Amino acid sequence: MTITPELIEQHQLTPAEYQKIVKLLGREPSYTELGVFSVMWSEHCSYKSSRIHLKKLPTQGKHVVQGPGENAGIIKLDTAGIGGGWVVAFKIESHNHPSYIEPFQGAATGVGGILRDIFTMGARPIAVMDSLRFGPPLDSPNAEHNRRILTGVVSGIAHYGNCFGVPTVGGECIFEECYSANPLVNVFALGVCKENEIFYARASGIGNPVIYVGAKTGRDGIHGASMASAEFTEESKQKRPNVQVGDPFLEKLLLEACLEAMKTGAIVAIQDMGAAGLTSSSCEMGSRGGVGIDIDLDLVPQRESGMTAYEMLLSESQERMLLVAEKGREDEVFQVFRKWGLDAVTIGVVTVAEQGVGKLRVRHYGKLVAEIPNPALADEAPRYDRPHNVKPYRRVTFEPPAHIPASKDLNADLLRLVASPDLCSKRWIWEQYDYMVRTNTIVGPGSDAAVVRVKETGTSIAMSLDGNGRYCYLDPREGAKLAVAECCRNLATTGAVPVAATNNLNFGNPERPEIMAQLVEAIEGIAEACAFFEAPITGGNVSLYNETLGEGIYPTPVLGVIGLMKTAVPAPVQFRGEGASILLLGGLGQGFQNGDHALRFGSSQYAKVILNQLWGLPPQLDMAHEKRVHDCVREILAAGLAESAHDLSDGGLAVTLSESCTNEIGARVSIEAGERVEFTLFGEAPSRILLSTHDPARIHEIALRYDVECPRIGVTMKERLQIGDGDAMWIDIAITDLKQSFENGLPKLLQTHNVG
Amino acid sequence: MKVGVVVFPGSNCDHDAWYAINKNLHGKAEFIWHDSTDLSNVDAVLLPGGFSYGDYLRCGAIARFSPVMNAVKRFAAEGGIVIGVCNGFQILVEAGLLPGALLRNQDLKFVCREVTLRTETTDSPFTSKLYKGQLLHLPIAHGEGRYFADDQTLDALDAEDRIAFRYVDNPNGSIRNIAGILSRERNVLGMMPHPERACDPLMGSSEGLGILESVLSAAPVSALTR
Repeated sequence: MTITPELIEQHQLTPAEYQKIVKLLGREPSYTELGVFSVMWSEHCSYKSSRIHLKKLPTQGKHVVQGPGENAGIIKLDTAGIGGGWVVAFKIESHNHPSYIEPFQGAATGVGGILRDIFTMGARPIAVMDSLRFGPPLDSPNAEHNRRILTGVVSGIAHYGNCFGVPTVGGECIFEECYSANPLVNVFALGVCKENEIFYARASGIGNPVIYVGAKTGRDGIHGASMASAEFTEESKQKRPNVQVGDPFLEKLLLEACLEAMKTGAIVAIQDMGAAGLTSSSCEMGSRGGVGIDIDLDLVPQRESGMTAYEMLLSESQERMLLVAEKGREDEVFQVFRKWGLDAVTIGVVTVAEQGVGKLRVRHYGKLVAEIPNPALADEAPRYDRPHNVKPYRRVTFEPPAHIPASKDLNADLLRLVASPDLCSKRWIWEQYDYMVRTNTIVGPGSDAAVVRVKETGTSIAMSLDGNGRYCYLDPREGAKLAVAECCRNLATTGAVPVAATNNLNFGNPERPEIMAQLVEAIEGIAEACAFFEAPITGGNVSLYNETLGEGIYPTPVLGVIGLMKTAVPAPVQFRGEGASILLLGGLGQGFQNGDHALRFGSSQYAKVILNQLWGLPPQLDMAHEKRVHDCVREILAAGLAESAHDLSDGGLAVTLSESCTNEIGARVSIEAGERVEFTLFGEAPSRILLSTHDPARIHEIALRYDVECPRIGVTMKERLQIGDGDAMWIDIAITDLKQSFENGLPKLLQTHNVG
Repeated sequence: MKVGVVVFPGSNCDHDAWYAINKNLHGKAEFIWHDSTDLSNVDAVLLPGGFSYGDYLRCGAIARFSPVMNAVKRFAAEGGIVIGVCNGFQILVEAGLLPGALLRNQDLKFVCREVTLRTETTDSPFTSKLYKGQLLHLPIAHGEGRYFADDQTLDALDAEDRIAFRYVDNPNGSIRNIAGILSRERNVLGMMPHPERACDPLMGSSEGLGILESVLSAAPVSALTR
């Protein structure tokens, strides 16, 4: 087939990129080779727009064993001298585009893909979390469609994770109109293994066999990676065949077989076949190991007949792995896979690098159909310094409205807030996930951070996912820093020390300078905060082109931070008994200059839900203060002084108090109104943690030492949540009403509207 | 008393059961691969939760044809103690070792939560350490847990005191709130809730211990008769 400019364009390659291919090959590529390049050089696989900026992220730290560049990051599971010898592999991945086109399978295969990234490193997955963004389930022209995507995505995640046998222990779910046509499905997974049992994806040993294991190759998912690298148009909905279909049962068998085969000692390298399947796994393993790889497609197990080399190389059929074994020990590997009823076939061989360059050579029906230097595919992809010297995109005012209307009924406002889509209980979602399987879940969904124990070690891993598109839209740099701070605060509130992070950068079209500016600002914000909180980034994912018909999403960096702690049950989020003092570590957040409150109130949930507006800036973060709060709360928790602990975030103090009142115990809180009572009740100033205790004096001592404010704002009591100042009572609600609004929020939104 | 925990392709609560028996209860449990046909080495058999054979066709419908199930049937017929949890219950029903069927939950969704069970009988090797009416807080995690049987079967189960547990708040639409039932000879128990997930204070509830303790302290019937 002749390579025409139209063909090049169809493959989403620019003329300049095509010229680079010709130069690297020293000739025109074949049609098959063009396909291979188009996938490996896609935004999704090559990070061509983000790579130069991702370099700014901190990746080193005393716990880091493996930073970015492998299938997952790895850190040491070592805290206070226990947990030594064990490591944690973890990463986050997006499956946004497929989930829009086919919510159930898109989300399911998103889970499958990230799980393979974990166990390909030798680690058994023990936890999954999801960060989800959808369009509003109500009051939107797309509401019905949004509900369909939400229910589809949730059942897809449940289907895959539950059957595979990994607990889904937490996550977040936010609704904004901008996600109506661009839902975000980011899946985080984490696994553990012994440090001396880590496997890498570096091929080595000339003459070693290259073995294909797992599901057969079909025509599904061809060009999935390129699809994920373009904006959506009306035609995109016709791309359904591009979405892969997952089989969690097969993946479970693949997991058990791979971990068992690794124990034979006969495996040299292993990588999952994710985006761009056979192509990426072979050229990346070859490139990392500095060797060549020969593959004979006739030997590849195939689901259907008559597939071309192009189709086989680009297929994204799920549940497949490629591994390199020691020559002569193939049978040990085959035996394990046979036991689990899986295909395992030698399809190629590791070859010598000629003049230092290993080549990927592919034969089909005895003919050489592709011959490409591995580094050309894996490392030589174009890198762009896309223009970004403009103000990040935003189309709302800085100025607060001239008159922010005074609340007519603060009780009604609070009830509306706790029932609103972002703030209500997500029980309807997480009860569909098995969050307990493997009996390690100490803290499951619905808390600040999830905590999963590692039985063999006496240590536990705390993990938190967070992102706030509204904050980032108003100020991408500050918004990204706030996300890191929030994750670290969540961990601190369970008593854990943050040790590492992963990130998923969801943005619009990077070819638009004001979008690229958002991306650069956010990355720099993450870099600054991760360095400050000593949570280096060990890997992650970039998802660009989240635009449909020119409408982009809010810039949405999602952070996943993990922390370590000694195994113990942390203080719960809810108040536990009457008569305990309620303390607000970090203070009321009233210390701004006049006017600043109003400026920063525009990013709050109150502004969104009650005022239906967005303006100004995100809350102000003082990282040094934030860190002191974390250290302080960890000391308080370690001393066993807190009966409950819950960090303040979306919805501010009143919503946090409401959440702490969901276990039969209420509170009477007395605070000063400040500039405006709405700001005090619902302002979202960070660096604050709500504690209840019978020993306020000792907590005050500790707080004083850390130079952190810690006013006593009230006392727990039966039945009601009351907030006021002396005689003025702003909030007075029965906690049964609060709980009902909180728990019924999502089911009401979804079920009164007959979701199919 | 040694418990054999059967591992089908797709079982995923096998390790949890193994851990609860060996580590939380300091008993003895070992894995039995699904193609094994020899159960002479164990005194009780546990069919764990999970998605055996991917729940293809119907939950438990393929696992019942697994080689080990012929051995389990013989073992049960000889009086051996067999407990099926969640997917294990589904397999026992498909294999005809227990009556009735497990249908999709009433609201058609998978549900994972802690539920309250009422102990309906103490006359079994699985409930001997409990008292009648004892409430147990145990987790459920299933999409197909709605117990169903015809009236005649249900009346018989009631009359023969073979309903081991009922839900206090029915989470899935099970008929007559049934959460677990016994075989006529009372040596086979199937239940949807997971006692093995509630054997460790760190997990929030250790109220599953009573059931597994009952099993571990039962007379190894099988050894006497075989």
